[in-house]
Amino acid sequence: MTVFVIRRLLQAALVMLIMSLLVFGGVFLVGDPVEMLVADDADQAERQAIIKSMGLDLPFYMQYLRFVGNALQGDMGNSFVFQEPAMELILERMPATFELAVAALLIAVVIGIPLGIYAGLKADSWVSKTIMTASILGFSVPTFWVGIMMILFFAVVLGWLPSTGRGDTVELFGIPVSFLTLDGLQHLILPAVNLALFKLSMVIRLARAGTREVVHQDYIKFARAKGLSTGRIIGVHLFKNIMIPVVTVLGLEFGGLIAFSVVTETVFAWPGMGKLLIDSIGFLDRPVIVAYLLFVVGLFVFINLIVDVLYSVLDPRVRLQEVKS
Amino acid sequence: MKALRRLGLAAVAVSAMTTNVLAADIVIGIRSEPSSMDPYFHNLTPNNSMIGHVFERLVEFDSNQAIFGGAAESWKPVNDTTWEFKLRKGIKFHDGSDLTVDDVIFSFERADNYEGGNSSFRTYTKGKKLVKVDDHTLHIVTEEPYPLMANDMTTVMIMSSEAKGTDSSGKNKGISAKDFNDGTAAIGSGPYKFVEWKKGEEIVLEKFDGYTGLIKQPWDKVTFKFIKSEPARVAALLAGDVDAIDNVPTVDIERLKKDPRVVLSSGISNRVIYLHLDQFRDVSPFVTDKAGNPMTSNPLKDARVRKALSMMINREAIVERVMEGVAIPAGQLLPKGFFGVSPNLKPDPYDPAAAKKLLAEAGYPDGFALTAHGPNDRYINDAKILEAIGQLFTSNGIPTKVETMTKNVFFKRASSGADGQPEFSLVLVGWGSGTGEASSPLKSLLATHDKDKGMGASNRGRHSNPKMDELLNKALATVDDAAREKLLAEATDVGIGEDMGIIPLHYQVNTWATKKGIKYIPRTDERTTAFDFVPE
Repeated sequence: MTVFVIRRLLQAALVMLIMSLLVFGGVFLVGDPVEMLVADDADQAERQAIIKSMGLDLPFYMQYLRFVGNALQGDMGNSFVFQEPAMELILERMPATFELAVAALLIAVVIGIPLGIYAGLKADSWVSKTIMTASILGFSVPTFWVGIMMILFFAVVLGWLPSTGRGDTVELFGIPVSFLTLDGLQHLILPAVNLALFKLSMVIRLARAGTREVVHQDYIKFARAKGLSTGRIIGVHLFKNIMIPVVTVLGLEFGGLIAFSVVTETVFAWPGMGKLLIDSIGFLDRPVIVAYLLFVVGLFVFINLIVDVLYSVLDPRVRLQEVKS
Repeated sequence: MKALRRLGLAAVAVSAMTTNVLAADIVIGIRSEPSSMDPYFHNLTPNNSMIGHVFERLVEFDSNQAIFGGAAESWKPVNDTTWEFKLRKGIKFHDGSDLTVDDVIFSFERADNYEGGNSSFRTYTKGKKLVKVDDHTLHIVTEEPYPLMANDMTTVMIMSSEAKGTDSSGKNKGISAKDFNDGTAAIGSGPYKFVEWKKGEEIVLEKFDGYTGLIKQPWDKVTFKFIKSEPARVAALLAGDVDAIDNVPTVDIERLKKDPRVVLSSGISNRVIYLHLDQFRDVSPFVTDKAGNPMTSNPLKDARVRKALSMMINREAIVERVMEGVAIPAGQLLPKGFFGVSPNLKPDPYDPAAAKKLLAEAGYPDGFALTAHGPNDRYINDAKILEAIGQLFTSNGIPTKVETMTKNVFFKRASSGADGQPEFSLVLVGWGSGTGEASSPLKSLLATHDKDKGMGASNRGRHSNPKMDELLNKALATVDDAAREKLLAEATDVGIGEDMGIIPLHYQVNTWATKKGIKYIPRTDERTTAFDFVPE
């Protein structure tokens, strides 16, 4: 077990190093941040001074080595735009994104699983067919467009929900959260649903597939023969068994929710990490782009590691024996 | 009965409106977030317009970039190289302390010596010596006569010399940008106090009761929300989440005009959209003959060819179709009414026949082929404008390919390609005159590119004419307003009228949208300021 973890950590370090070179090289090749930042009427000397103060006068390998050297000491560099540590900027925005991702995940699970089970149990009914068609829409319609439509319908036409921003926040263990205030909760609904749509469709399909497979298995038939109520059969026996693939996939997808809520955050002006990334790309704020992408790589490596460790602990056959006894 | 009901409705509407105005809070959705609250960190429009609420300058621009007294109540040259500024008495900072000449000198020192930051105010502070005469009298001494003193003083904001920071290294007077962003050092004397900045989300300001200056304070509390996405910004206004927005996209203007809940305010800006043409290479990389082979000469070097190209552009049609009517055809660097504008120059009329004749005269009767480059996310409808121009050129015998790209790639290549020289042959760009008069674009766009003198810094076509340089330099050293204005107009006559050093296309018109009951007084400097939103 320990060997396994150590080997994985070494692999992770290598992945991070390669990623850092790719990302750093990639953003280095694109454009010139000074052109983005400097005032129109600045003269040539002023431009030169800024180039120097940002270390952009150095050749690529020097800039990269300097970056790696600092990164090894935990310093991911300063944002060109804000001139504050890039990592601090990202961490500052993380709670907002995290909150959005958790809310989206909850929506996907709470709505998706019952719908999926229903569609699996009554596969031929028109309700099930509607659910499945809708889930195809959820997969295929672009998030950006759906977001704008949601704003148009729920905020502009109906006026039920606010269209933009995060609303009131309160501190929970020193972290600002918005789900504890009414205003914050109202602001959270639209972006969370928008972000959840894709995952929701996925959960529906996974739950349906799982249900279709499990209902025909012997232990469900046996439970029925024993005379257990339908509610108990679905709620306990069926539910537990279809959850294994759902949880696995959602665990991995959670990282994706955090890393790629970019579109939703832009449409709803949600002050999270995704919006920071988009703004940073606009300004060619290289240190923030690099730090963000490395942070995301790190996050995925970490989540994968946890999942793998859990797998080696939770051998499905062990679980099966426990259920039998 | 009907009449009665109508009356009742009207009464409801009126009362709804008045309560709104009485509450006097405004939420403004803006496109760009400032990068700092430190007044000297980054000389950029979003910063200057936001921070200008909190700090006063010696002299302020009104919505037409005409100057009026900020912290200074009067100013005049006392001799050729000295300007005297008299401060208004009784100015208080937000912490209650008095604003004196010492604070002004402190501010200019910090601005002039600013380390780090993204773009300093040194352009406006260098070469100026500030001398205290008494607490309310300041002399600014330059080596050469300096006519643009008052215009320059509209830039540097005045902070309290008593502000304390946390930077132990003593850099920037010991006050770091962070100390402004969290409010510790954000002590100004402007009409609004800084309350809070939630990064990526909003900045909140509050009316300063001790303000004695000329700027109005129509609102008690001002919230600026940053909404970058254009449809989202419009939706936020329609949904009532914000009371006003800036940078209304032109595609939405027609629809919003019909919406009874919305008031549109648009005004001409100091920004001209124009074409730079390669005038420094004997063979230009993106100019070929019609078969696509390299040419032996660079037709763009010939002023007649540039004039011909200008006459192939149907400015009226571009304004009408591409800009949805929200722009004004341009014939020079700044629209009518600005200081230094030439009375002789009109937008070139669309005249393909005359253009062809000129081309033939210049020795290109069969024309040539071009590739035009431009950004697609920097100016209003930039890519569409360039495509229209490409079609106009093509249909008039200059087959033109159009390549647009994101601004952060475009500007690097347009300014310095692989060999350090501008890479393209013909580019679409825009220029806003920061000083509100003609010397700013003349100096940066048309003056001979000269690193040491800091001239022609954005001259991407490398246009150069000694006659124009001389007129401009003379203007920059002439304190007498009338004489300077004439010189600037003459320089424009040479640079545009004779040379067609750049091809002006149109002046941008900016549009703000507000909910009914409020309107915006459009600013030519493209700033979005709370005090220019007025209850109707």
